[in-house]
Amino acid sequence: MVDIPEHLLKRSKDAKGKAGGAADAPADAPEPEEAAGAAEASEADAPAAAESSGIPAHLLARSKAARSKGGDEGDDAGGATKAATATKTPPAKAAPAAKPAAAGAGPARTQRLLAVVKAGSIQTTKKDPVDKVNVWPHLLVEEFVALLLVTAFLMVFSVLLSAPLQDQANPNLTPNPSKAPWYFLGLQELLTMFHPMVAGVTIPGIGIFALLAVPYIDRNPATKPSERKFAIAIFTFFLIYWSVLVMFGVFFRGPGFNFVWPWADGIFFDF
Amino acid sequence: MATKTNGNGNGKGKIAESVSNVMTEKVHGGQVWSSIFRPGSVFRKGYSDSPRNRAYTVMNSVLYHLHPVKVKRHAVKVSYTLCLGGVSFFLFILLTVTGIFLMFVYRPTAANAYQDIQALQTQVAFGLLVRNLHRWGAHLMTFTVFLHMARVFYHGAYKPPREFNWVVGVILLVLTLMLAFTGYLLPWDQLALWAVTVGTNMIGFTPVFGDQVRFILLGSNEIGPNTLLRWYTLHVLMFPFILVIFLAIHFWRVRKDGGISGPL
Repeated sequence: MVDIPEHLLKRSKDAKGKAGGAADAPADAPEPEEAAGAAEASEADAPAAAESSGIPAHLLARSKAARSKGGDEGDDAGGATKAATATKTPPAKAAPAAKPAAAGAGPARTQRLLAVVKAGSIQTTKKDPVDKVNVWPHLLVEEFVALLLVTAFLMVFSVLLSAPLQDQANPNLTPNPSKAPWYFLGLQELLTMFHPMVAGVTIPGIGIFALLAVPYIDRNPATKPSERKFAIAIFTFFLIYWSVLVMFGVFFRGPGFNFVWPWADGIFFDF
Repeated sequence: MATKTNGNGNGKGKIAESVSNVMTEKVHGGQVWSSIFRPGSVFRKGYSDSPRNRAYTVMNSVLYHLHPVKVKRHAVKVSYTLCLGGVSFFLFILLTVTGIFLMFVYRPTAANAYQDIQALQTQVAFGLLVRNLHRWGAHLMTFTVFLHMARVFYHGAYKPPREFNWVVGVILLVLTLMLAFTGYLLPWDQLALWAVTVGTNMIGFTPVFGDQVRFILLGSNEIGPNTLLRWYTLHVLMFPFILVIFLAIHFWRVRKDGGISGPL
């Protein structure tokens, strides 16, 4: 059993009480009531009116009851006539019954018809139903497990392997080789091929700019891999190219940044 | 054993029972507890598993800033995202926490920096572990951010309406690299000094204002004490600050652009 919060229960109780009170006195409520010339409408017309105007029979009966109770009071309602003219009225005879006029039997209440809107012209928001699951517990549990795994992995790794700490920095003693951090080793590798301006500024600049512009260059709306082979091919090419450059810088560069075989000469690299 | 006794027969079991009763009635049912945990929280008294409470658990917690109540079914498949974005974010938090601990010990001056790291490793309890966590966590974060970008590309998740969030993501990648690179100098050992020397030499080749940019970054013409202080400030304050702002935009746009992309 779901426990419903107290304030919601109270609200629903209030609403129920209000609805009950209104139902007790239907005649007092601003129900459909004739605006003018009500008395002329004979009882026999009612079924016909119901058929032609499409107003439910019980509403017509209620309006009739109200009519017999206090016929003339409705005449005072000025706005009601306007409403009647604005509404598409069936034949004149049926009109009195069809008018959803606003005259109340109690204090004078007026309602105005602001607009007549064609059925269907009201904007409907349609959302296709999507298969969804609750974030709690499904996603949150998964995320929590992922965090635990990452933490455990890092803990074990940190216990087993310590971060490097070489001798104190000495500007007068250049180690051989000097390597950039691994994420910049690709750039350092490019330095061996191009002028420093090209390798250090132009290529990374173009690279970052190209990355930023990817969504505006790739105009193909498809997301299926089979429909965007070119984009995937070119991205994979650069990804592999970059990885190879980094790997090469990490493993195959020795003293003087010259080529070495890592299994023969060792690895000249520190994280 | 048919009957439960606690051995010494002085009714300790009853005490434990009444303590647990007090816990549920007075603490869990009390005003303080229910003022902390909003309706629907799993920590509230009498939480029951119902669709309504599952929605409330998210909706009535601070998590609602990050997650909607429901996500598309494929989004919870580990094989779709590989949790790479979430792991990157978690690593950022872990790096912030470990970094704050390192700041208790470390002084960014040429005279102290290296000695402080040594003292941290040899004299401070768990100092070495915290430093290792920070170092490996940083490398791992760089890597997961890279992989996250690749994952997003292969899913075509940068396509409309998510173009701008990809741009924010690239900015975050660059900021991550900058954070990693500025942190690399701080131990002030030979590895740090010369790796950063190689890296910053390239900046000097920027046409027109290359030397000026390099001077601003280094605080002098060569890497020295000024550089250390400057990069320390960038590392612990400026880049994290900018990164958090872009992170907020990144997460917000994920929600606004219709949640996670896909399915393929």
